[in-house]
Amino acid sequence: MRWIVRKTVFSIVTLFVAITVTFFLYRVIPGNPVDLMLNYYLSLGYSYEEALSRVLMMVPFVPTAPLHEQYIDFLRGILSGDFGYSFTLAQPITRILGYAIPWTVFSLSISLVISFMLGTVIGMYIAYKRGSLIDRIMSFYASVTTAMPQNILGFFLIWSLAIQLRLFPKELGPYGPTVDPSKFNLEFILSVLRHAALPILTYVLTTIGSWVLMMKSSTISVLGEYYVTAAEARGLKDRRIITTYVGRNAVLPLFTRFAIALGFMFGGALLIENLFLYPGIGRYLTIGIQMRDYPLVTAGFLITSVATVLGNLFAELLYSRLDPRIKFE
Amino acid sequence: MSNYFKVFRRKPTAMAGLIIVIFFILMALIGPFFFPLDLRAYPAKRYLPPSWQHPLGTDAYGRDVLMQIINGSRDALFIAALTGLVTIFIATVIGVSSGMLGGLFDEVLMRITDTFLLLPQYPLLLLIAAILPAGRELTLVEVSLIIGIVQWPNTARAIRSQVLALRERPFIEAARCLNLGNLHIIFREIIPNLMPYLVMNFFLALTGGIYSQVILFSLGILRFTSVNWGVMINIAMAESALINQRAWIYLFSPIICIVLLQTGLVLISSALEEVFNPRLRTEE
Repeated sequence: MRWIVRKTVFSIVTLFVAITVTFFLYRVIPGNPVDLMLNYYLSLGYSYEEALSRVLMMVPFVPTAPLHEQYIDFLRGILSGDFGYSFTLAQPITRILGYAIPWTVFSLSISLVISFMLGTVIGMYIAYKRGSLIDRIMSFYASVTTAMPQNILGFFLIWSLAIQLRLFPKELGPYGPTVDPSKFNLEFILSVLRHAALPILTYVLTTIGSWVLMMKSSTISVLGEYYVTAAEARGLKDRRIITTYVGRNAVLPLFTRFAIALGFMFGGALLIENLFLYPGIGRYLTIGIQMRDYPLVTAGFLITSVATVLGNLFAELLYSRLDPRIKFE
Repeated sequence: MSNYFKVFRRKPTAMAGLIIVIFFILMALIGPFFFPLDLRAYPAKRYLPPSWQHPLGTDAYGRDVLMQIINGSRDALFIAALTGLVTIFIATVIGVSSGMLGGLFDEVLMRITDTFLLLPQYPLLLLIAAILPAGRELTLVEVSLIIGIVQWPNTARAIRSQVLALRERPFIEAARCLNLGNLHIIFREIIPNLMPYLVMNFFLALTGGIYSQVILFSLGILRFTSVNWGVMINIAMAESALINQRAWIYLFSPIICIVLLQTGLVLISSALEEVFNPRLRTEE
C-alpha cells in the first residue's frame, strides 16, 4: 500500500512540475507570450485597459497582478478545466480538445494495438531464430526505424501507395471532401476508415521496431530460465511451451511499456498527424505553436503530460499486479 | 583506440555505417567549397529537371538542389554533433555523480531525472523552441542546447546503471583500499572503463539530434534563414511537393540523406553495443 501511495505522490509532483514549467515559459521568461500579446494590442493602438481586457479573455489570470497570484490563478484555472480561449481558432480550448481527442484516440489506439501484437509475435519468432537471416533483417529494420522521424516513412508511403498505386485516397485529412461529417452514415465511416489507413500503417511500421527488439531480448532471457528447460524435459508440446511458458513470461515486462504507450497516445502523433493533416491533439499542438497561440499550446502540452503521467502510474500499478515481487523491492 | 578499429574491421555493417558517416562529414566539410551557398531566386530556372549543370535539378525558386543538400549537411551535422556532446556531458555528470555518491544525493537526482523522463519529450521540445526565441532566430548553438537539454534523461539513467555495475568490480574496491579518493576513482577508473559505453551513447544521441532537428525544422517551428534538410522538407511540403511531380526530387533528396545518415549512425552504435555488451552477441 505504501508503495502505491509513494508512486501516486510522485505522479502528482510530476504533474505539478509540468504545470509550473508551462507557467514559467508562459509568463516568467523575458519576451514571454503574455507580454508579447499585450504589446501587440498596444501597438494596434488600443488603450492599455482595452489591451489588457483582450488579453484577459485568453488567459486565466490577470497579467498585472503579482506573480504568485497569477500562478495561483493559473493553477486554479487548470484544475477547474478552464484553459482559456484560442485566438487563432476563435473557440474555447475545451471545445477544441473535445474535437481532437476522439480522432487521436481512434487512430492511435488501433495503431498501437496492431503494432504491439505484431511486434511481440515477430520479436518472439526471431528470438527463436536467433542469428538467422530473418533475425538479422528484422533486427536491422527495427533499430533503423526507431531512429527515423515518422514523417520520413510517411512521405514514402503516400508517394508510393496513394499517389503511384492509388490504393489509398490522395487527399489528406480525416475524411474525404465530399463527405458530410454531420451525418454519421456508412459513407462517412468508410471514408474515415480509408483515410485512417495510411496514418495507421505509418505508425505501425515506425513503432513496431521497438516492440520487436524488446520482445526479442525479453524472450531470449526467458529462454535461459530453468523452468523452460524443465518443461522441455517433461516432454511438453512445443506449442504449449511457447505460449504458456515462454510467451506469457516474456510479454510481462512489455505490458508496462504498453500501458505507458497508452498514456503517450493521448499526446497524439506529432509528425504523423501533421503530415496527414489529421485533426488530433498533436496537430492542434503544432498549430498552436506555429501560430503562437499560447492558450492552445498550454492546453495541448498539459493534456499530453497528464496522459503520460497517468499512463505511467497505471503501468506501475499494473506491473505490481502482474509481478507481486516488485512491491517488495 | 585500437579496440574501436577492431570493431570496424571485424563487422562489415559497422564499416558500412562508418563509410556513410564519413561520406556525410566530408560532404559537410569540403562540399561547400565546390558548391557555394547561393540562396538568390532565379525565376527562369524554376523546377529544372536533373542535368549536368544541376545534378538534382532546381527547386521552386530556381535554386540548385544539390547545392542546398550539401550546404544543409553542414548545419545538420553541426547540430547533431553539438547535441550529442551536450547530451553526453549532462548525462555523464549526472549519471556518474549520482551512481558514485549514492544516498540522498542519488535519490534527489534520480527523482529529477524521472520527472523529466515523464514529461512528453517532443511536445516539450516544441514548446521550448517556440517560446524561448521571443521573435528572433535561434542560433545553431542554441538549437543544439535545447535538444540536448530535452533528451539527456534517458542517457543519464543508462549511464548511472552502468556506473552502479562498475562500482562493484574488484578494481574499484582495490582503489578504495588504496585510499585513492573519489575524484581519482571517477576520473582514472570509472570514466576510462565507461568510455566505450559513452561512445556508443554518443552515437545514439547523434541520431536523437537528427531526429529532433528534423521535427523542429520540418514542422516549421523554427524558421531558419539558411538551408537545412528539415527546412527543405518544410518548404517542399508548403509547395505541395507530394502531388507536384516536378518537386519530387526536391522533397526526396533531403529525406534520402536523413535515412542514409541515420542508418549509418545506427549501424555504428549497434555494432559498438554488440561488442561492448557481450550479452547481446548473437554469435560467438
